[in-house]
Amino acid sequence: MKELPQDDATGRKAWMGLLARAPATELAALWAAAGVAPGFAWLRAPETGGVMVRGRAGATGAAFNLGEMTVTRCSLKLEDGRVGHAVAQGRDRRKAEIAALVDALMQGSEADEVRATILDPLAAAQAGRRADRAARAAATKVDFFTMVRGE
Amino acid sequence: MYVAVKGGERAIDNAHRWLDEERRGDPAVAELSVAQIREQLALAVNRVMAEGSLYDPDLAALAIKQARGDLIEAIFLIRAYRTTLPRFGASEPVETGAMDCDRRISATFKDAPGGQVLGPTFDYTHRLLDFALEAEGLEPPEAARAEAAPGPVPHVTDFLDREGLLQTETMPGDDRPRDLTREPLELPADRPLRLQALTRGDEGFVLGMAYSTQRGYGRNHPFVGELRIGTVPVEMEVPELGFAVEIGEIVLTECETVNQFVGSKTEPPQFTRGYGLVFGQTERKAISMALVDRALRWEELGEDNVGAPAQDEEFVLYHSDNIQATGFLEHIKLPHYVDFQSELELIRKLRREAEERGGDAQREAAE
Repeated sequence: MKELPQDDATGRKAWMGLLARAPATELAALWAAAGVAPGFAWLRAPETGGVMVRGRAGATGAAFNLGEMTVTRCSLKLEDGRVGHAVAQGRDRRKAEIAALVDALMQGSEADEVRATILDPLAAAQAGRRADRAARAAATKVDFFTMVRGE
Repeated sequence: MYVAVKGGERAIDNAHRWLDEERRGDPAVAELSVAQIREQLALAVNRVMAEGSLYDPDLAALAIKQARGDLIEAIFLIRAYRTTLPRFGASEPVETGAMDCDRRISATFKDAPGGQVLGPTFDYTHRLLDFALEAEGLEPPEAARAEAAPGPVPHVTDFLDREGLLQTETMPGDDRPRDLTREPLELPADRPLRLQALTRGDEGFVLGMAYSTQRGYGRNHPFVGELRIGTVPVEMEVPELGFAVEIGEIVLTECETVNQFVGSKTEPPQFTRGYGLVFGQTERKAISMALVDRALRWEELGEDNVGAPAQDEEFVLYHSDNIQATGFLEHIKLPHYVDFQSELELIRKLRREAEERGGDAQREAAE
């Protein structure tokens, strides 16, 4: 198995995170619309399992086990040898498969197209949801004012 | 004597069939979907995830439906499912300082940088039944929006930390916490193990323990330095890649208490901490967890053990798990015919002996 260099760790890290957080239906819709369907072979078929999430005592102290979350992981190889991995939140095998395919495609000549048709819209949707929640939170921020009493 | 009893199978099958029918309720009333439970009973879903120790809102909603709304039964279902999952590893500890906060309040600093953000809270409601909710199809008013300053909100405790007035958290050399889902609970427990037990502990039990400290059984004068609810990313090192990637994001509730502390033989006067961190929007539980965490730290802080239940690690940790508790409690309703038969024979024998002794005594008295 030929593994491609991963010197673009930051870029890859960013898109893998984006794919892992994506709602399964949203990712599937974008994938279908993009109309790419590369041939591939499984290196590891999608498998659902648990990851123990950890926290820190007092947010900065000793690590402790908080509880698990469900994730689905898989690895695959495109016909040209590019390898894609996915470790994606939830139990949706199709989501993990698409995430691994996108990961593999992003390592080649299709990168720009995949970025424009899948990653950018995903990022925009996530940023939109995040901004919308932040705006609603901001509206519940308390504005203290002091009342002067007596004189 | 061992007596095998058979014959319950048909009755059990029929009991379960009836259960399925009762679960559905009146067929004239529309069936509840798992998505409806996930979206509209979100706080029940959060509790099931926290105490079931598995973050998966869809599964928790399914468990609630299957359990007919019995949350402890739902937690049981999630715990049972969890054991079937292969463990892929452990995440990096989540960075709650980087949380996208829906809510963030401090009871100690009015003007904390980042402000007091109330979020979607029940606080300040009048607890009057809202009969408007009885009418279906009414659209709720749209939430107000205001310009938001993006970026992480600093922890309130950081400010006290900087002044040296707050006990600093220390990181142990070996930062791999013991895991009570993998090895039996052994005492003495360290703080990470206690925090794991508390975060998955029964909300009612942890609340009762916390309340007992407030009422004077091991009082520790807590202030809520900060309570925050929001979304954090979860990162895990992926061996195939050789670096950590985000594998998803989760909603957490975090409570940091700041407790008055006059000092002890080993520690100077300073504020000390209690810590609560729980899956989902679960603030009653997170505050309770922080109070009980602080009470259990009496030994490391050189405080007196006043014999309060909340200071008793064994008492708290061995009774906080509602699945263990319900399993042992409810097993006594299952058939104990043979056990009971032997008890019955023992009582009959003792009574016979007592009667014989009584008879002898009467005869002696008569003589």
